[in-house]
Amino acid sequence: MLDATARYEGGDVAGTQAREEPAVLPCEVRGLCFEAGGDLIIDNVDLTLGSTGITVVMGPNGAGKSILVRLLHGMLEPSAGDISWGGRGLCEETRRRQAMVFQTPVLLRRSVEANIAFALRLHGENGQVRCVRILDEAGLAEKAGQPARLLSGGERQRLAIARALAADPEVLFLDEATASLDPASVQAIEEVVQSARDRSVKIIFITHDIGQARRLADDVVFMHRGRIVERAPAGKFFDNPSSREASDYLAGRIVL
Amino acid sequence: MQDFGQAFSLAFQLLWTADADLMEIIGLSLRVSLTAMAVSCAIALPVGAALGMSRFRGRGAAIILLNALMGLPPVVVGLCVYLMLSRAGPMGELGLLYTPTAMIIAQSILITPIIAALSRQVIEDLHSEYAEQFRSMCVPVHTAVGALLWDARYSLLTVALAGFGRAVAEVGAVIIVGGNIAHLTRVMTTAIALETSKGDLALALALGMVLLLIALAVNAVVMALRMTATRYAYA
Repeated sequence: MLDATARYEGGDVAGTQAREEPAVLPCEVRGLCFEAGGDLIIDNVDLTLGSTGITVVMGPNGAGKSILVRLLHGMLEPSAGDISWGGRGLCEETRRRQAMVFQTPVLLRRSVEANIAFALRLHGENGQVRCVRILDEAGLAEKAGQPARLLSGGERQRLAIARALAADPEVLFLDEATASLDPASVQAIEEVVQSARDRSVKIIFITHDIGQARRLADDVVFMHRGRIVERAPAGKFFDNPSSREASDYLAGRIVL
Repeated sequence: MQDFGQAFSLAFQLLWTADADLMEIIGLSLRVSLTAMAVSCAIALPVGAALGMSRFRGRGAAIILLNALMGLPPVVVGLCVYLMLSRAGPMGELGLLYTPTAMIIAQSILITPIIAALSRQVIEDLHSEYAEQFRSMCVPVHTAVGALLWDARYSLLTVALAGFGRAVAEVGAVIIVGGNIAHLTRVMTTAIALETSKGDLALALALGMVLLLIALAVNAVVMALRMTATRYAYA
């Protein structure tokens, strides 16, 4: 299997923060299976994720993208196989250095600022200054005191991403985080994601939007029926996909 | 009918002049029921939160039991507390029988299952919304409990007020353990029962009106809380 991430691992990205703890990346997945209700949702997946860059996970509905990401994040127990982060198993410490943003943002019934403060407190921080800076970066400084639930869809998702990044994660999973948002909101979120990538946060981004994948991806994982059918650098994947399924998907044909 | 009208007139007069006996009874009623509500909340909210968040064998049975306890007959609670606090009972040495403390204990026992069962439902609904996010963020259990209780505070306040409403309107338990002693354990409901049996309808009616006003106020507060929470999207 092609490991397109190899090209990122050597180079330092500007803004890389020195971390005292051993790195959680790269991630190695071997023989990963997940079964539910007698169906094999994830079927013997092997995958290597490098330390930086944006890995876009694509595939038709029901391909197993969200399940794969939940397995990687430790939210589901695999039926078989191994996942290692930085050479170690998926422990709580590793999970605390990852963050996930869901398609429908789950915000606390509090103000915008209090949502960020909650994430900061979880990591032992009470910094009001940091909270203001995070909201500023997310373009939500003016809404700090507003109830989070009164934000627009795009703002809610930006807040969810800002809250995820407040924990200073090494890995950020985004599960169709821009689905059903307007173009301006999508652009704002893509800017936040690219800014995170520039700060050396590894991004794993699920999307159905081919245009978005072209804009963001450094490498692409294409899934079909619980299997990774193609893994390639973004340029190669979009210009010359090697699998029939990926070709059909990119051409807008039904993937059988 | 004339007696009825006269009774109403006297009742308004008692309220208007803030009759000392009437005020004493109202004050004790509020003190006993508010204390019982506070004690019950301290016990029932963590229990409700724990039941709402956790999954364990027998949880369904525990919820059924808790829901069934919401219908505890006050006289049975009164009898049990009486047996516990009477001289021959296991807590007889404390000398609490026929004191406001005994009434607080009885009312607390009566409304704790109500507050626990209703808060369990509130917390469970909110937890099902937050659970995946909390799991992703590795939120420790005690932090999750605190966050759920705080974020559901408006709904939980409504639950607490429902418990208070039940406590302040209750007569069976407090008359058994309190004894309806004038200037000591006489509360609105026991006074109404006594004055009605004596034929002193004016005081009974005045107390009845105060009870209705309290019920109205509680409902108004609940409605205001709901509207506030909805307006600010905290509900």
